[in-house]
Amino acid sequence: MIHTDVIIVGGGPAGLCAAYSLVKQGVSVTLFERNSKLGGQLVKQTHKFFGSEKQYAKTRGFDIAAKLIKDLEPYSAFLTIEKNATVLGIYPDKVVTVMKNEAYFKYQCKAIIVSTGAMEKVLAFEQNDLPGIYGAGAVQTLMNVYGVYPGQSIVMVGSGNIGLIVSYQLLQAGVEVKAVIEAASSIGGYKVHASKLRRLGVPILTNTTIKKAHGVDFLTGVETIQLDESWKTIPGTEKTIQCDACCISVGLAPMHQLLSMAGVHMKYIPEFGGIVPIASDTHETSYDGLFVAGDVYGIEEASSAIVEGYLSGLYVSNKLGMKSEEINSQIADFHQQLEYLRSGPFGKKTRQGLEKIKEARNVT
Amino acid sequence: MRIKEHPILELIDKEKIHFFYNGEVMYGQVGDSIAAALHASGIKVLSKSIHLERPRGFYCAIGNCSSCHMTVDGIPNVKTCITELLPGMRVEFQSGKGVLR
Ligand SMILES: Cc1cc2nc3c(=O)[nH]c(=O)nc-3n(C[C@H](O)[C@H](O)[C@H](O)COP(=O)(O)OP(=O)(O)OC[C@H]3O[C@@H](n4cnc5c(N)ncnc54)[C@H](O)[C@@H]3O)c2cc1C
Ligand code: FES
Repeated sequence: MIHTDVIIVGGGPAGLCAAYSLVKQGVSVTLFERNSKLGGQLVKQTHKFFGSEKQYAKTRGFDIAAKLIKDLEPYSAFLTIEKNATVLGIYPDKVVTVMKNEAYFKYQCKAIIVSTGAMEKVLAFEQNDLPGIYGAGAVQTLMNVYGVYPGQSIVMVGSGNIGLIVSYQLLQAGVEVKAVIEAASSIGGYKVHASKLRRLGVPILTNTTIKKAHGVDFLTGVETIQLDESWKTIPGTEKTIQCDACCISVGLAPMHQLLSMAGVHMKYIPEFGGIVPIASDTHETSYDGLFVAGDVYGIEEASSAIVEGYLSGLYVSNKLGMKSEEINSQIADFHQQLEYLRSGPFGKKTRQGLEKIKEARNVT
Repeated sequence: MRIKEHPILELIDKEKIHFFYNGEVMYGQVGDSIAAALHASGIKVLSKSIHLERPRGFYCAIGNCSSCHMTVDGIPNVKTCITELLPGMRVEFQSGKGVLR
């Protein structure tokens, strides 16, 4: 059994910032990341971020990741980073099991922060398992991390911000985007992103969904169909679009599995994208000493994942008995930042989700 | 195919490394994942599914979905989307669950 003060699961923005809050106070932290690179979803994001200066707005995603990693460098004496290391389970008494290079390790610690992020949702349609159909994040990874073309012509399913941004990035790389299709009657993402695509001649087809994929061993095209106001398919409106790649971008769901397995009180909250822990105001779950931060505690954005990360690190240090005026004022400051981030019309979902968490707390 | 020109990304030609796909020599670049190197060489079908023998390619590219399983250096069910390509690796198409050797 290997002992450490705090274990962080996941090296995305939330995990990195949580680590920062802790190591800065001299707490020893072991951070596990199953990928060979740190930074989570940020490493594939070439676009400049929205939000306020404090959370690195106008900076490109991968530059933010690099910055967060660099911030940790001065504190390397307190920080152990294990890459290519997948956390397999969280057991009673804060025992965490890890797989690295085909070897199995057991750790024990005083507090755990789970910041495993999210996974992309899938969509049910005929032949949806054909090679050539990818999650939008996968296409982004292939292009922006590895510099490899996902395909030559692509159809994007879903017009949320991710669908729109990835479509634009595909165009930048020189891939033809045949269409963005959207089941709802209006575009899901920000207007600016949609206008950019339209200016470049990409049709955004609303009230439209994908009916089936064509191809035997590999995708050769998709069949779309129109939907009426009650989301029923309208027979006779099928159209085939030829393409060698199709991107599914229909939202993200929190990666709750480790928490569910550990017996944490969970609840399905649609506003948060799926099953999330019913955590306290200090981000602590029903498992004493187990905290959460980032997308795993409700799908939001990198900016809020960053702030939640810093915050949960501070809460954990509180839990470990470190209390000071400075910590309190930092907590108050980060709280304010979160409130600001969630104040606009796009924060409505998060506000509703948080209300539901509050209600759920009273029930349990 | 590799992206040659890009307005934002700095695409430096990285060192080439060789590996084997079903016994044939292929080339990838330092830092590639196995799946990315194969994709760049036009290999996009990576395995057959266990029951219906449907073709499988990668789907999530971040280690979530297990759609990219292949046999690597004799070990079946390796997630090729998050496994770094190393020189001389023996990568094989996988049918079904694969076998431990
Ligand atoms: C295409 C796209 C565009 C976006 N654009 C914006 C934008 O413009 N502005 C904005 O603010 N946000 C944006 N976001 C959202 C933002 O990237 C995410 O909200 C943010 O990355 C969430 O951070 P996180 O740390 O919670 O999770 P992640 O970044 O997902 O990191 C989680 C990490 O945990 C690791 N992990 C998971 N399970 C385990 C395990 N069992 N063991 C070890 N490690 C594990 C994962 O490998 C991953 O590295 C965008 C997202 C996408 C996909
Ligand atoms: S493609 Fe999903 S795990 Fe590799």
